Amino acid sequence: MSKVDRRKFLASVAVAGAAGAVASDGKAATTAGIVPPSPRPSALRPSAIVAAAESAAPAALAHAEGRPGSDFMVDVLRSLKLDYIATNPASSCRGLHESLINYGNNTRPELLTVMHEESGTGMAHGYAKVAGKPMALLFHGTVGLQHATMALYNAWCDRVPLMLMVGNHMDAATRPPGVPTTHSAQDPLSLVRDFTKWDDQPNSLQACAEAMVRAYKIAMTPPMEPVCLALDAHLQEHPQNGELLSIPKLTLTAPPQGDANAVREAARLLAAAERPVIVADRAARSAAGMRAVVALAEALSAPVVDQGGRLNMPTTHDLNQSGRGPALVGQADVILALELTDLWGTLNAFVDNPRGTRTSRLKPGAKVINLGVGDLYIRANYQDFQRFAEADISIGADAEATLPALIEAVKRELTPEQAAANAKRVDDLRKARAQMRERSLAAATLGWDSSPVTTARLAAELWAAIKNENWALVSPDFFVSRWPHRLWDFEQHHQFIGGSGGAGVGYGLPGAIGAALAHRSEGRLVVNIQSDGDLMYAPGALWTAVHHKIPLLSVMHNNRAYHQERMHVQKVGNWRDRGVDRSRIGTTIEDPFIDYAKLAQSMGMLGIGPIEDPKDLAPALKRAIGIVKSGDPVLIDVVSAPR
Amino acid sequence: MKREVGVWLAAASWVVFGLCGSAPAADAMKGKQTFVRVGCFECHGHVGQGGVAGLKLAPDPMPFDAFANFVRTTSGQMPRYSTRILSDDDLADIYAYLASVPKPPDPKSIPALSR
Repeated sequence: MSKVDRRKFLASVAVAGAAGAVASDGKAATTAGIVPPSPRPSALRPSAIVAAAESAAPAALAHAEGRPGSDFMVDVLRSLKLDYIATNPASSCRGLHESLINYGNNTRPELLTVMHEESGTGMAHGYAKVAGKPMALLFHGTVGLQHATMALYNAWCDRVPLMLMVGNHMDAATRPPGVPTTHSAQDPLSLVRDFTKWDDQPNSLQACAEAMVRAYKIAMTPPMEPVCLALDAHLQEHPQNGELLSIPKLTLTAPPQGDANAVREAARLLAAAERPVIVADRAARSAAGMRAVVALAEALSAPVVDQGGRLNMPTTHDLNQSGRGPALVGQADVILALELTDLWGTLNAFVDNPRGTRTSRLKPGAKVINLGVGDLYIRANYQDFQRFAEADISIGADAEATLPALIEAVKRELTPEQAAANAKRVDDLRKARAQMRERSLAAATLGWDSSPVTTARLAAELWAAIKNENWALVSPDFFVSRWPHRLWDFEQHHQFIGGSGGAGVGYGLPGAIGAALAHRSEGRLVVNIQSDGDLMYAPGALWTAVHHKIPLLSVMHNNRAYHQERMHVQKVGNWRDRGVDRSRIGTTIEDPFIDYAKLAQSMGMLGIGPIEDPKDLAPALKRAIGIVKSGDPVLIDVVSAPR
Repeated sequence: MKREVGVWLAAASWVVFGLCGSAPAADAMKGKQTFVRVGCFECHGHVGQGGVAGLKLAPDPMPFDAFANFVRTTSGQMPRYSTRILSDDDLADIYAYLASVPKPPDPKSIPALSR
């Protein structure tokens, strides 16, 4: 059939269909009492999807007259000074997508093309921890949001602000049939309501403006969390109705500070303590927050245990005693907990044996001060709030905002005699820290020349290659036995941003790329120690780094397994006395091994490796760093020890 | 590098542990294979270097009696190994392997470990 013939055919079918609708009017048929038999069509009718695709163009053209609603949405997003919107393109967002690139000229915000919604959300997660503000996300409703959920939960647990927008066709009578209807929902954001701070599905452009500004404001108020908006496709695509539209002014809410009486009481306890300890997890949201933790520790001459949710304390400071955490908590008479993920787990020891042994670390009479936003905002379903932990003083407030008042209160409480006595603690802490350093160096030499490459060697070679650069580590380091924290000098807040928060695997690569994007304007050399299992959740993130020229050095910790799970399976095999020889089944990534260098190369990234001889690592790093400094990402595959 | 490891393993094979407790004569080369097969390396590393998941085991392992007692009876984070899943001979071989691991270099001799 020629094109012309096909058009005529479809037009005739459409007319027949319309006539059929009139003829099948129930009222007319019952009045007559007789229902005439339907004439058999001479050809099959097109499906609803085909008919819509073939016949909907004129209607869409009619919508294009006047200023589209999505242009106004761009104006609102620009008022929020968003730099980036990560998107995986979707028909339900096509109106806003088109406005962003043609009306907004793809600048501030600029679209980042991501190959999986989980990757985009992970990128926004890493970005926000460096930039200190959200990246927006624009995804398909329903299926796109379903892809994003794990990464959204990570951000929720990690208290990171994101602004997620999804498209949705709200009106069942006007939305396209078929797939667009399958992908529509009455309440699409109910899927993630348990782990987002606020959501909305505005019904008008003015409501949309208010929702966007409110969403940003709520996301940025501690506890910072993800927020979501469902944007109606009709609202995006149709012209504004001449309504008077305005963009509300954004005024960020000052973070909640601790009650003055509670802060004074906490200061009294800390000043009088003989063995105080400060434990911090996500206390320092910014460089100012880290300076405040240092100032408090120095005022009290107290050790700090940095649990690593952020960089709370320079690793070079004598009062940083993070390697002695459980021992210090066990010896303490006053414990100050700052924004901990798990206060119960800090105060108690748990042994993962068949009985699940639990013992308190606290010595009798020890006092606990809990300062954080955990009690201010909590949901019931997902259990990221951890077990209930007892405290003697509980201050529901943002730690970073409260620390200046606490420092002043401590200084007021301390007598000169107390301050002098406390200062004597510093000598002991300095010696303990020096001993920890010596032990770490000695431990790093074990297996120095062995293959697979030890994680200590990997970290040491990497440190030697970057230590004279303006560097930042954007990956967690627990799986490499925290060697970077034991060997490297972390002195600036931006040099470490913690981990995924929710321990959802698949955060590593996208989180690193998002963080590297935020570091790019500062010209920093950004390093990612990349786990193999994590990379394979959504390796398409590599392409995004290349496509958007995001400089990032990824050095693989390739232990060729989901190693944490292998240890779990082996442990259960031991408990049940059924042998351990087969723990590799279902847990290892071998037969075949994955060639990660080739994977990177396939997406236009320089890939080096696999490196099995540790002597090859230093030259590879030197080569890679030269390329990263010129503006491109590089991946080095290192076959490495399990932990 | 692999050749070097082979040399020191061969030299250390069939060690009698008169100085390390009451361990029987054992085969370090076989012990290395068993160390991997039964998963010791998963937490302690391929040369017993230790890490966040398991303690350092080598070089200079604890006396054999203490080592064997711990492996057979521990109820801590590490699961115990009964004779059903790890024979006494295998355990002795593993110990021989750990005892054969050479001492590491002085950290001061490694430029990558300098500040």
